[in-house]
Amino acid sequence: MELCELTACALAQLLAKREISAEEITSAVFKRIAVSEELLHCYLHLDHAGAEATARAVDAKRQSEGSVGALAGIPVAVMDNLSTAGLPTTCASKVLQQYVPPFDATVVAKIKAAGLPLLGKTNLDEFNLGASTESSAFGPTRNPWRTECVPGGSAGGAAAAVAAGEAIWAVASSHLIPASFCGVVGLKPTYGRVSRFGLISSSSLDQVGPLARDVSDCALLLNVMAGYDALDTTSLNTEAVDFSAELAAGVKGVRVGLPSEYFAADADPGVKSAVMQAIKVLEDQGAQVVEVSLPHFRYAQAAYTILAAVEASSGLGRYDGVRYGYRSADAPDTNTMFSNTRGEGFGAAVKLQILLGTFSVSTGHFADNYLKAAKVRTLVKDDFARVFTQCDILAAPTTPSTAFRLGERCADPVMMSLVNTFRAPADLAGLPAISIPCGLGNGLPVGLQLIGPAMAEQRLLQAAYAYEQAAGLELSLPPMEVR
Amino acid sequence: MGYPEYQVIIGLEIHAELATESKVFCSCPTTFGAAPNTQVCPICLALPGALPVLNEKAVELAVKAGLALGCEIPPFSRFDRKHYFYPDLPKAFQTSQLDHPLCRSGIVEFRVDDQTYQVRINRVHLEEEAGKSVHSGERLQGSHYSLMDLNRGGLPLIEIVTEPDLRSGEQAKAFLERLRTILRYIEVSDCKMQEGSLRCDANVNLSINDNGKNVRTSIVEIKNLNSFRAVERAINYEAQRQYEDYLDGNMSLNAGKITAGWSDAEGRTYVQRQKEQADDYFYFPDPDLVPIEISAEQVESWRSQLPELPAEREARFVTQYGLSAYDAGVLTAAKGIADFYETVVENFDGDPKIVANWVMGEVLRMLKDAGDEAEQALAEAPLKPHMLAELLQLLQSGAINGNQAKEVFAEMWTSGKDAAVVVKERGFEQISDTAAIAELVNAVIAANPKVIADIQGGKTSAMGFLVGQVMKKTAGKANPKLVNQLIREQLNIT
Ligand SMILES: [Zn+2]
Repeated sequence: MELCELTACALAQLLAKREISAEEITSAVFKRIAVSEELLHCYLHLDHAGAEATARAVDAKRQSEGSVGALAGIPVAVMDNLSTAGLPTTCASKVLQQYVPPFDATVVAKIKAAGLPLLGKTNLDEFNLGASTESSAFGPTRNPWRTECVPGGSAGGAAAAVAAGEAIWAVASSHLIPASFCGVVGLKPTYGRVSRFGLISSSSLDQVGPLARDVSDCALLLNVMAGYDALDTTSLNTEAVDFSAELAAGVKGVRVGLPSEYFAADADPGVKSAVMQAIKVLEDQGAQVVEVSLPHFRYAQAAYTILAAVEASSGLGRYDGVRYGYRSADAPDTNTMFSNTRGEGFGAAVKLQILLGTFSVSTGHFADNYLKAAKVRTLVKDDFARVFTQCDILAAPTTPSTAFRLGERCADPVMMSLVNTFRAPADLAGLPAISIPCGLGNGLPVGLQLIGPAMAEQRLLQAAYAYEQAAGLELSLPPMEVR
Repeated sequence: MGYPEYQVIIGLEIHAELATESKVFCSCPTTFGAAPNTQVCPICLALPGALPVLNEKAVELAVKAGLALGCEIPPFSRFDRKHYFYPDLPKAFQTSQLDHPLCRSGIVEFRVDDQTYQVRINRVHLEEEAGKSVHSGERLQGSHYSLMDLNRGGLPLIEIVTEPDLRSGEQAKAFLERLRTILRYIEVSDCKMQEGSLRCDANVNLSINDNGKNVRTSIVEIKNLNSFRAVERAINYEAQRQYEDYLDGNMSLNAGKITAGWSDAEGRTYVQRQKEQADDYFYFPDPDLVPIEISAEQVESWRSQLPELPAEREARFVTQYGLSAYDAGVLTAAKGIADFYETVVENFDGDPKIVANWVMGEVLRMLKDAGDEAEQALAEAPLKPHMLAELLQLLQSGAINGNQAKEVFAEMWTSGKDAAVVVKERGFEQISDTAAIAELVNAVIAANPKVIADIQGGKTSAMGFLVGQVMKKTAGKANPKLVNQLIREQLNIT
């Protein structure tokens, strides 16, 4: 196995024993990138020189001082909607094609402080509005498991990179769907657990979290990212947790709720059976399975769609060509400059979101759309609060289907949005969730989703780890033709 | 048949910049007059991914403004986004407050001549300032180019909205002056209309009784009035225009709001546009800012920090210092002046009315040209209140006369020298006025018959006591030789 295919845990041990250097890891990853990137298109921007420089600095420090952070030197990919000082940050949009930020997102500053070489910026749906990475203005990313399929989204580039050995792990603002489609582990933390400062996204629905090869790596990367940040007033000021500690606590006696609505919803039989098998594994490990109900589940996706569109339409207003980014070349007056800049700068999927969002908060439609969605959000939160008195975590499929083919759903936004069916409720409620690979359906990875109450990341990681250990599946590496 | 009677109905929307050191959602400084775009950061430039952090001082000042305007402070408040595109609005939305303002339902009293009026305050909410645009032409549309200075973008603003309780331009002006006095008293805003830190929009329409039928003209909103005089003139002009247009059958009635501008030079309003329907700003709650929760204890703590407000202080000046209501009003119109007055009074052994006359006369005369900066000019003046008290003491003792005192005052104002020093320099130091000293000598002789008897009995050494008494009455400023001579003359001692 090549260095670029190992877990961060394994690499950290090799580094600690000085069997390898950080530079060798980074070189191995770039070697893989050289082979597979042309086909997969995981990255929008690579920082080979920067990553190598960091790796060398870590090696030098490890040589001279002996002590560096345990994870120093293990390279990471960063989704291109996280602000990186001096490195392009485009959100996969033409409107930000030339934009180089002057500041680091808080999570980026944290991974830099931990000595993680930053490999580059990964592809995503334009302004992370999508679930397939097909709306990227710079072309889609392909799924390493089957290159005619999408990697999921919006963080398709990050998940595909981790799956294909083009990164050891990644920091992204979308986790479950791409993790599920690419057969990696993705954790969405509790809203407020990780700072959103420098994250270019929908305000109240998106979170920054880790994508990794396995559960242990996920916990390690979350350790690096989590923590209160005064720059984000929605960030939670809670005690620091070591997510890696007690990972092997097991699931004995843990009540795993199966929300009946998730299982009654339309989903591929292959997905359902893989998930049911995974639940059986948890039961074998001592978990107690209970059936529960989230009655407002069926409204969640519509509410999610409206709220995400409203926040997007508002947040995207700043791309007007005045201060930075794309500006339409020839406009006779300011209003034309605004419309041409936005008309030429945004792709069709983004425009659809802007229209939907603006409509939903316009006079006369506010009550029927935004307000109703906000009410659904409250009801969904109440559902979860009640359900978590009956069980400790929930288990469900991450997505209704495995990865679909490129282009298959592009013409049908409703069909496309179905992929959000199982992620919407936890996102609306700001709850933590994890997706772990639980086998294959039609030869493509299936994700098992575990959802927990707020701040219960540790419980989720423990359950996911218990499953991962018991299932013993060799999942993380796709049978990719280019390897 | 006479002309129909009518009433002018006026409501004001006032924007005041809060006197915080940093902007409302970032830590950029708020100082006025820096080079363009030097007081900016990722947050107020709306760079991708930057998040706002609420400046708690701005909340404190906004709530204090509300308390001083008699408002209630609801326990829950939140920010909403008000969307529109304009090059000086970096986020393409203004973070403002729609349904849950920080302060509601206040009331303010003010006077025009001797009549007291009340205005209800609908709300006070917190929002952010936009940047400053400089157009090559008249306005954005049609300009060859426009320049944006975002130093001002993100300064904290309060918007104060009154109910339509005002009935004339004079009332509007008087209310606005009272409002400015209050905001400056509590040090919430410097309220400089010249620099734009206080701005006023006026909504004006008429309620006309036409043959027993009540008719209302459409509301005209006159934007961006930037002086007290402009507020008064614009409202009076607009009311008259609406009435005349109504009589001519040209005034629109009960239609949507009409926006108008005011030309100070031409002395007229001009209609900018008639809104077909209310503007749509696509308001919704700002998800990047957590709601503001203010406990009753916090409100009371802020209330307890408020200084005595102008109305209370005015009343106290009348009772405590025996001033007329008019004088008390003038002296309390600015906190710095009132503070100055009271410090002089504290240091002066005499009638507070004398101090009032001096402050309203000499001191305010010196500040006449300072306009909005009067309080600052007074604070920076070399003459400090205790020095004025010393001067007045000299005047009262008879050491100098009124004209001399004014001369000394003028010198002290610019040089900052003590009164005694100036008196000495100008030779006012010794009283050599024979008549004035003779009067004091006579008084001392009349008050000390025993000492006189001693002297006349040959104990001439007691003379010194009499001289000392006269010197004491003149604070040492009488010419001692002259005093001695006059006593000898009076007592016929050679
Ligand atoms: Zn700033």
